[in-house]
Amino acid sequence: MTISFSLHALSVQLGVGTESRLAIERVSLSFAEGEQVAIIGPSGAGKTTLLHAMAIAHRPIAGSMSIFGKDPWLCSDVERHRLRARVFLAPQAPPLPPRQRVVNAVLAGRLPQMNTWQALRSLAHPIDALAAERALARFKLADKLTLRCDRLSGGERQRVGLARMLLSNAPLILLDEPVSSLDPVLGAAALQTAQDEATERGATMVVSLHDVNLARSRFTRLIGIRNGHVEFDTRADALRDEQLAALYGPELSLAASDFTLPESVDSPPKLTRCF
Amino acid sequence: MSAAITKHQWRDPAWHDRVTMALLFLIVLLPVGYFAEFNPLVLLEPSSLKAAKQFLVTFFPPAHSAEFLWLAAEATWKTVAIATVGIFFALLIAIPLSLVANQSLSISMIGVGRMCFFCHSLRYAIRWLMIALRSIPELVWALLFVRAVGLGDTAGVMAIALTYGGMLGKVFMEIFESAEAEPTRALLRNGAGRVQAFFYGALPACLPELVSYTVYRWECAIRASVVMGFVGAGGLGQQMELSMRMLAGSEVFTFLAIFVMLVWIADLASNFLRRMLD
Repeated sequence: MTISFSLHALSVQLGVGTESRLAIERVSLSFAEGEQVAIIGPSGAGKTTLLHAMAIAHRPIAGSMSIFGKDPWLCSDVERHRLRARVFLAPQAPPLPPRQRVVNAVLAGRLPQMNTWQALRSLAHPIDALAAERALARFKLADKLTLRCDRLSGGERQRVGLARMLLSNAPLILLDEPVSSLDPVLGAAALQTAQDEATERGATMVVSLHDVNLARSRFTRLIGIRNGHVEFDTRADALRDEQLAALYGPELSLAASDFTLPESVDSPPKLTRCF
Repeated sequence: MSAAITKHQWRDPAWHDRVTMALLFLIVLLPVGYFAEFNPLVLLEPSSLKAAKQFLVTFFPPAHSAEFLWLAAEATWKTVAIATVGIFFALLIAIPLSLVANQSLSISMIGVGRMCFFCHSLRYAIRWLMIALRSIPELVWALLFVRAVGLGDTAGVMAIALTYGGMLGKVFMEIFESAEAEPTRALLRNGAGRVQAFFYGALPACLPELVSYTVYRWECAIRASVVMGFVGAGGLGQQMELSMRMLAGSEVFTFLAIFVMLVWIADLASNFLRRMLD
């Protein structure tokens, strides 16, 4: 199997100056072409940062990465941006402008393949409304084609964000919590649609998920992230409960205990201009 | 719940800054008021009251002869035309400038947090160009253009185009930068171009603000074109200056009524457009 992309001892720093911190530290991973992988881990573990780093949206402070045989951060700006067109990242909060119509929001997935003139013409009259409708239909949203994005519910918006993915032709698909606002049944169906698309396209897909059971049942490879480190990288059927306990902490099996604030409040976080 | 935070221990970290800002504001404001020698009582002195009364009684009834109304209509049309054409050219200046100067469309910033040196300098240069355009009041531009192209409407149109181009450019840029950046950034991250990201990410988010600000500026341009009429740019201002010089209070009153109506129409237009876009 050919490797489609890989990270080598990659570290990403978030924030600047004294408030900066390493969000992921010395992460090494590689993904085969067409592989589908789930990333799990507690909130704040660095899953989103990791996905953004893979999407060439964070410059690492150390380590290297290789996407389709190139290190994007050693390429020129133009070449790097061309590489971005081959990676599709669906962020957790669907990035839909409130007044945009669903059809344009979905067709925006095709922007990297359109020239500026086609993009503008499509705003006046959608170039391929049929493709947008087909993509929406796969997420049971065909009737929302001409609605405005701010008229949609949270779950509908999230699926519109996923429908945009169907319009891109990126061979690397990254989904950040793609089913977080969907009920279990709809979520499972939406994830299945996304996975089918990746399979048809032969695309590599990396998905971060909160729902461990969903991740276990749908993916053959699971990567656990905790405090910016890879805790485990294993086949789903080989995952042991101790590994999960180590990932989420001993409270995993306990009832939610009282939330306690840290002992020291001497140095509150520095905030400026907050109203 | 542990009582790690008690009433006395916890201080809002933003409190200190708020108090400082409020004090600074007062420290700046008080001397400014003093130096402006603002004294409303001067209006109530007997001599001022008498002069005002003499002029005001001539206001009634407002001038309404057909001939005068036709003259006023023509002047109104000219004023509105100067303002509208001026705003059109101002938009032609402002839109490209604000697109280039606006940081949220930067591709070189993705993942790095800062811009390349060339992009940064270019944006800075554009900012300065916009500052230069709007720092010179339209009245001064008009006086300069009256020198260059002679009396007439062209001077007014060009003055509005330049000053308002700078103003609209600055405000458009700020509207784009304060709009929710995520839709635009997501498109850029997925490999879209700058112009594409603007039309599919930023514009749908900001359109109502852009439209209502532009209509408001059109309203201001109407006022500006009246003022420039006083220095020879044509339209209502020119006519009003003649009426004032002849102390024809009734004509002045009609012109004032026309100003109010024009602003009222601009207000209606703005409301209508906003409702249409919402």
